[in-house]
Amino acid sequence: MTAEPLIETRDLVKTYPVGGGDLIALDRVSLRVAAGEFAGIVGPSGSGKTTFLNIVGSLDTPTRGSARVLGERVETLGHRRAAALRNRHIGFIFQTFNLLPVYTVFENVEFPLLLLGLPAAERRRRVMAALERVGLADRARSRPDQLSGGQSQRVAISRAVVKDPALVLADEPTANLDAANSHQVLHTMVRLNRELGTTFLFSTHDEKVIGYLRRRITLVDGAVAADEVVTPTHGENGEAAP
Amino acid sequence: MIRFLWRGLVRDRARSLFPTLVVLAGVALTVVMHGYLRGTESDLVRANAAFGGGHVSVMSRAYAAEADLVPNDLALLGADSLLATLGRESPAYLWSARIRFGGLVDVPDAAGETRTQAPVAGLAVDLLDPASPEHEILAPGRALVRGRLPAARGEALLSEDLAQRLDVAPGQTVTIIGTTMYGSLTTANFRVVGTLRFGVTAVDRGAMLLDLADARAALDMAGGAGVLIGFARDGQYRQAEAAALAARFNAARAGDPDPFAPVMSTLREHAGLGQTLDLAATVSGALIALFVLVMSVVLWNAGLMASLRRYGEFGLRLAIGEEKGHLYGSLLAEALMIGLLGSVLGTGLGLLIAWLLQERGLDISPLLRSASMLISDRLRARITPASWLIGFLPGLAATFLGAAISGVGIFRRQTARLSKELET
Repeated sequence: MTAEPLIETRDLVKTYPVGGGDLIALDRVSLRVAAGEFAGIVGPSGSGKTTFLNIVGSLDTPTRGSARVLGERVETLGHRRAAALRNRHIGFIFQTFNLLPVYTVFENVEFPLLLLGLPAAERRRRVMAALERVGLADRARSRPDQLSGGQSQRVAISRAVVKDPALVLADEPTANLDAANSHQVLHTMVRLNRELGTTFLFSTHDEKVIGYLRRRITLVDGAVAADEVVTPTHGENGEAAP
Repeated sequence: MIRFLWRGLVRDRARSLFPTLVVLAGVALTVVMHGYLRGTESDLVRANAAFGGGHVSVMSRAYAAEADLVPNDLALLGADSLLATLGRESPAYLWSARIRFGGLVDVPDAAGETRTQAPVAGLAVDLLDPASPEHEILAPGRALVRGRLPAARGEALLSEDLAQRLDVAPGQTVTIIGTTMYGSLTTANFRVVGTLRFGVTAVDRGAMLLDLADARAALDMAGGAGVLIGFARDGQYRQAEAAALAARFNAARAGDPDPFAPVMSTLREHAGLGQTLDLAATVSGALIALFVLVMSVVLWNAGLMASLRRYGEFGLRLAIGEEKGHLYGSLLAEALMIGLLGSVLGTGLGLLIAWLLQERGLDISPLLRSASMLISDRLRARITPASWLIGFLPGLAATFLGAAISGVGIFRRQTARLSKELET
């Protein structure tokens, strides 16, 4: 390996106290994710997918082991540095979109840039570019309640990528979408991965999402059961969503 | 960022309109309440100074001990020379001699027989001298309802209410039946030349105003006066200044064993006025403290409700990298905007109501029919420099405090749980 991986975990362990003992959520997970990957953590509910994403996203810290993300050791980050890492380099996409209802589409996408302190003109340029990438530039003035589920999730994608993050973490991004919208959203993410080189890491058990992945990491009971490079069945060449 | 927050506030009425209205109402109420209390206090001071004992008063020690009984047998003699001395020693004050007296006013019919009688609360001041300070202190000219002011000896004024009750019109002659300084019965005729209404029920109920020289003659009080009053030339009562003046005056006569030696007291010492003013100040302070407390609790509650409603928003903002301190700061900034808006509007509304109350007043005479307290029967607020801040600062502080307490939960939020929380 010549380049440093974007994400590198070594013997990552996360336990939660339950009753008198500990519940093992992650069990010695060692993984490397390189820049530009389109990978997914897959597995049944309770397998540790979200816990892994939380640690990689610096929302949580491991009980043991290490997690290095973009050169930062997550286990030693304080709240401030963790927030700064998320703010500058990591975009999040959630299954329930989580758009701020009182703000317009433009303002929702603009919010991460406000936290970065960018000037207004730069913010405007970036927001419009991000919305154009997901095909929603014409809905910039709309409110979230005027959008469909698919459009809302595309706005959330815009918000995640507007700051040009190195890494986008998507936790069950299609859980609240129908098949057509799911494919449209995934197709958009594949295109952004290809055009911007942004690394996408999913947590999912949705077969539709799995069909788009180029790398599939299977967790079972918190441990890596399989880590395989796969050929996507959808969206590889940027074709229209089925 | 401020513009961003402002837009959110304006669009989300639940987190802007309700708190703003709470602050507005609370601040306006405080300003009006403060203005009303200051107005009442000011009225009390003004009425007691004008109709009672001035800003400072000088009586004989014996008279002062029983002043409530108006014991003219214990009045000061040689009052005119003492008045002149006071004028020389304390030129910042207007000085005037007064005699209070009680008696019956007898109204004759055409045959000269008694048609009706009524008890009267008499007050004698220097009315005939155009340079008399009473034209400024008591200002009978401004209270004139019918007729004119006395221009010669033997002329008197009746309160309008008493004149109506007795069916006396200007021009009629009435008889005062009273007692002299030495305890003997006295009667004297006076021509009523005008009627008065001062707007102080306790005075207007049954007052008769005589010239000092007439009263001295009728009550056999040559050179005498019940009280010499001192009234600050600018009309403003300053307790410290008055107390210093009284202390100097009394210290100079401390060694005099004469029970009829003059003694000076301040307005606060008259008829428990000091306690009344202290009570007003305490009530005012307690009301404002209560207001801040209640409004803080209401706004804290509103903040908690908003925090619950915005739980997802806060979680998202933390997840995408906003620092907890920054998020908390933005909540406080929102509170500042709400507090400023509510406080400015509330102060404006409160000042407007207080101004209307100050200029037009509110007639409370029906409530004062049997009142003996010297207070105006028109309730007037008084706007003071403090009126501008008395509601504004607590309004701002309560909003800020409410947000500060309710926002503490942000620091307890565990980022590790955000993914789960944001799923719902």
